[in-house]
Amino acid sequence: MLTVAPESGAGCQEGAIRHWSRAAIVGTLDVDMSTSVPMPLGGDPPGASSGPRVVHAAGSGTSGARAGTSAVAVGVAAAVEVESLSKHYGEVEAVKAVSFSVLTGEVFAFLGPNGAGKSTTIKMLCTLARPTAGRASVAGFDVERQPKAVRRHIGLVFQDQTLDDQLTAEENLRFHAVLYGVSHEQVAERIDRVLRLVALQDRRADLVSTFSGGMARRLEIARGMLHTPAVLFLDEPTVGLDPQTRALMWDDVLRMRDEEGVTIFLTTHYMDEAENADRIAIIDYGSIVALDTPDALKRQVGSDTVELVTADDAAAGARLASAGFQVSSGGDGLVVFAENGESQVARLVETAGVAVRNVHVHRPTLDDVFLHYTGRQIRETPADRSVGRSMRARMARRR
Amino acid sequence: MTVIDGSFQDVGAAPLVDERAGFAAELRTVGMVWERELIRFVRTRTRILSSFIQPILFLFVLGYGMSTLVGTTGGFDFKKFVFPGIVAMTVVTTAIFSAISIVWDREFGFLREMLVAPVSRGALVAGKTLGGATVATVQGTIMLALAPLIGVHLTVPLVVEVVGLELLMAVALTTFGVFVASRIQRIEGFQVVMQLVLFPMLFLSGALFPLKGLPAWLAVITRVNPLTYAVDPLRHVVFAAQHMPPAAAARFSTGVDLFGTALPLWGEIGIVAGFAVVFLGLAIAGFGRTE
Ligand SMILES: Nc1ncnc2c1ncn2[C@@H]1O[C@H](COP(=O)(O)OP(=O)(O)OP(=O)(O)O)[C@@H](O)[C@H]1O
Ligand SMILES: [Mg+2]
Repeated sequence: MLTVAPESGAGCQEGAIRHWSRAAIVGTLDVDMSTSVPMPLGGDPPGASSGPRVVHAAGSGTSGARAGTSAVAVGVAAAVEVESLSKHYGEVEAVKAVSFSVLTGEVFAFLGPNGAGKSTTIKMLCTLARPTAGRASVAGFDVERQPKAVRRHIGLVFQDQTLDDQLTAEENLRFHAVLYGVSHEQVAERIDRVLRLVALQDRRADLVSTFSGGMARRLEIARGMLHTPAVLFLDEPTVGLDPQTRALMWDDVLRMRDEEGVTIFLTTHYMDEAENADRIAIIDYGSIVALDTPDALKRQVGSDTVELVTADDAAAGARLASAGFQVSSGGDGLVVFAENGESQVARLVETAGVAVRNVHVHRPTLDDVFLHYTGRQIRETPADRSVGRSMRARMARRR
Repeated sequence: MTVIDGSFQDVGAAPLVDERAGFAAELRTVGMVWERELIRFVRTRTRILSSFIQPILFLFVLGYGMSTLVGTTGGFDFKKFVFPGIVAMTVVTTAIFSAISIVWDREFGFLREMLVAPVSRGALVAGKTLGGATVATVQGTIMLALAPLIGVHLTVPLVVEVVGLELLMAVALTTFGVFVASRIQRIEGFQVVMQLVLFPMLFLSGALFPLKGLPAWLAVITRVNPLTYAVDPLRHVVFAAQHMPPAAAARFSTGVDLFGTALPLWGEIGIVAGFAVVFLGLAIAGFGRTE
């Protein structure tokens, strides 16, 4: 097992949590792809003491207290711990014995196609659906035994909108603050803060019915953060939003993580979006088929390839091969397999020794990763959005 | 779309530190849900207007129309008789409308925001009920402004009594409405409820005609209808404050006979209060079960 090497003294710095979780993630890179990801051993994470919420989880991190019950090592506060969690709806096995842990301060993405079991997993973690088997804890509270405590410590943004559009942004937030027991003195301050986090402070007195879809979504995210949850769950937060709004929303999410230290658990079926996460779990037919950092996942699929078109491919190929590169000849040119393709380009060109006309570096994408693990592709097609909407409408009617 | 396993929300949690913030937090929730009802009410002016149009139409069309037919006894006519019934009608309609807004809350997702919050269903239903009841009472009381036009004499004690009875009636009908709303899955169901439940209840409650000398079948229906016991006390206190000659009092009678004996006022009030309690319980049980 690997250990984390936290950046020394990073404890009080801005973004410490992020650095720490990156380090932790890198530390687990070479661990096999089993669904339960072992946590780094030992050493208090520097970020752990800077977040207000770690308090809850920290209690559970005392040495040995849980040693027998989970793969999570001592001393590290896991925001979400899931063990062999399953959910069956009659014959349908929506979620099949998934296990994973999410570290405090991490952005964790569930990536999977429609019907993979993403929402079902979120519902179980948020105590809205009862697991058929297995156990899960969120912010240190068991989802089955302490549902109310779990709900108090999580923020939740559903796949469908849940704002009252006849109220103003501020009124929606105030309603939420009261229901989540934010103390009187803190309400105004928290509302100011979360509105600023999503840059909607100028619209606070406007009715939500005057908001665009993207603004409403961002207000919901702000609302999810209002009661300083330990974990913020976002179910497909960007579905139906245009690319700019999606980018803005991601800025919001990352800013919240950095400034409020919240752990973020989100689901998506957009590849490009999953890239933003610290770690990704790919879920398909209710099972986690891969779980790692985006980079590590891509590396597992294969190395970078560099395509070279030269004046004399045969000569260049021979020289490159004798220099130790793995070369094959592609359609019109050479294909060289190289770790860190971009940084190798200069050397490749030099080694080739003939005029190079064209260079193209190809990195494996998450699409390749998804294809590799599931044998299928999830692509956003133009139809994607309308399908999603009509499906939502259908579901809405059903409930 | 989110299926909330109703039973799951009830799983008793091991007691936790912040779990005992308890009563004050619940009370704050009730207040907030109540406030939202009022904000929404004030903001939807069309709704305020439309909920006046129907009773005013009834009052004038029915009141004046029937007055010529029924005639005047000792300065008392059908308009005066029907006026308290129309006030009750305003309260009942507004209360049901407010409660049924839960169906809209569900359609637009806000119900889920309430249900996943770490508060009790009881607090949510109580807030909703008090909100709807406040709105309905305000509407009903505004209707009193028409009293001078009809020739109904108002005094301060009378208005206080009327407001109290309106509030009781409104609470009862709002809990009933919340219960019905929790059984309605779609907005279309709302129309059905109005046609099949609200209007028959209103028309068969004695709001629009005296309850004495009815054919047996109609007498039975009116006695089974809980609204009867809400409308009659209102009419009783209004009439008590008028100078009614005995002939008029005999013609436009108040009071409900049950099994051959006249039910006392507190008996009627007790029936309405009991109705409110039963449906409050059912509403709390049904609330949230539906999503
Ligand atoms: N309430 C339910 N009753 C029966 N089956 C359900 C229910 N909820 C979900 N399922 C089934 O469980 C499976 C997983 O559904 P889930 O909603 O978790 O998928 P998802 O990954 O969130 O998909 P999407 O991207 O479409 O939101 C699906 O096969 C779905 O039909
Ligand atoms: Mg989903």
